[in-house]
Amino acid sequence: MAQQTTNKNEWPLWEVFIRSKAGLDHKHAGSLHAADAEMAIENARDVYTRRMEGVSIWVVESKNIHASDPGEAESLYDPANDKIYRHPTFYNLPDAVKYM
Amino acid sequence: MNDQKALIQYTLRLADDGLILGHRLSEWCGHGPILEQDIALTNTALDHLGRARSLYQYAAALFNTLPEADKATFFTSVSLQKEVSEGTAIDEDDLAYLRDGWDYRNVLLVERPNEDWAYTVARSFFYDAFNSLFFKELAKSSDESLAAIAEKSLKEVTYHLRWSSEWIVRLGDGTDESHARMHQAINELWAYTGELFTMNDADAAVAAQGIGMDLAALRPQWKELVTLVFEEATMAMPADAWMHTGGKDGRHTEYLGYILAELQFVQRAYPGMEW
Repeated sequence: MAQQTTNKNEWPLWEVFIRSKAGLDHKHAGSLHAADAEMAIENARDVYTRRMEGVSIWVVESKNIHASDPGEAESLYDPANDKIYRHPTFYNLPDAVKYM
Repeated sequence: MNDQKALIQYTLRLADDGLILGHRLSEWCGHGPILEQDIALTNTALDHLGRARSLYQYAAALFNTLPEADKATFFTSVSLQKEVSEGTAIDEDDLAYLRDGWDYRNVLLVERPNEDWAYTVARSFFYDAFNSLFFKELAKSSDESLAAIAEKSLKEVTYHLRWSSEWIVRLGDGTDESHARMHQAINELWAYTGELFTMNDADAAVAAQGIGMDLAALRPQWKELVTLVFEEATMAMPADAWMHTGGKDGRHTEYLGYILAELQFVQRAYPGMEW
């Protein structure tokens, strides 16, 4: 069950993602409070795009983001350490293959 | 009133509306209900101020080309007339800081106090709805400078109207208390909306030149726009009754005096001061 983290008198928290220009990914810009998605987008426009930082905004309520547990970092990420063959640079390409 | 003087008067009024509403909204800076809305309102205040500056610059340029005899009688503010009589070309700062209340031409609506969030939103909503129609027409003006300013303002105004419309709906269709406060704000400010559509001498003169427009003709569209938002907000339309006027001709409520005292004090006490 989702934990109730917001006070009843406080607007929910939203995470803001901004695309800086067409073709690029939306990047996490920060968070803000808003009553609903519509207001969150407008607040994001005013708080995070005042200096022409973006051309597109995504918002998602923070409670809908599920994060990995930092306590499990060792078991989650360390096993990848000795598996360098997962990088394409590990392999020697035949000379016949061009444009890779 | 000759054409040039009418155009200056008209441009000044548009500038004054922007400066005074911008000042009112800026009073929320640091006092907004939440950080995000504080920033939103301050952004909007700066939009109004930016538009006012462009218009003051244009008005000053027009004024400086008037014949000396016309310049001498155009304003009745002592400090500004002193500069003019000394033969100094005036600029945007002189217009903002050295005119007294009776030389200000803004509509009464924009000088109404903030009171609470509902008043602030309702005042902006009535004005934004008007602006969205007004600047669309002004963008077709035969005066290139005004048309260019209108074109730029239209984008800002579209966002202002979106912001204020949404708050009308949020408070109107919110709790019992928010509905009651919005009801009070709308009904008190309603009597100041009529002036937006009145035509004074300057309005008539610039309309005749193809620079301005028939403001009364905008009212049906404005009412339609307002009705649409009020319906969504579950707010009843106020009945049309007697309307306050006077701002366009320099007759203001006592509130303007307090605004100007705060706005102009430093320049009046230390003329030409920069920081």
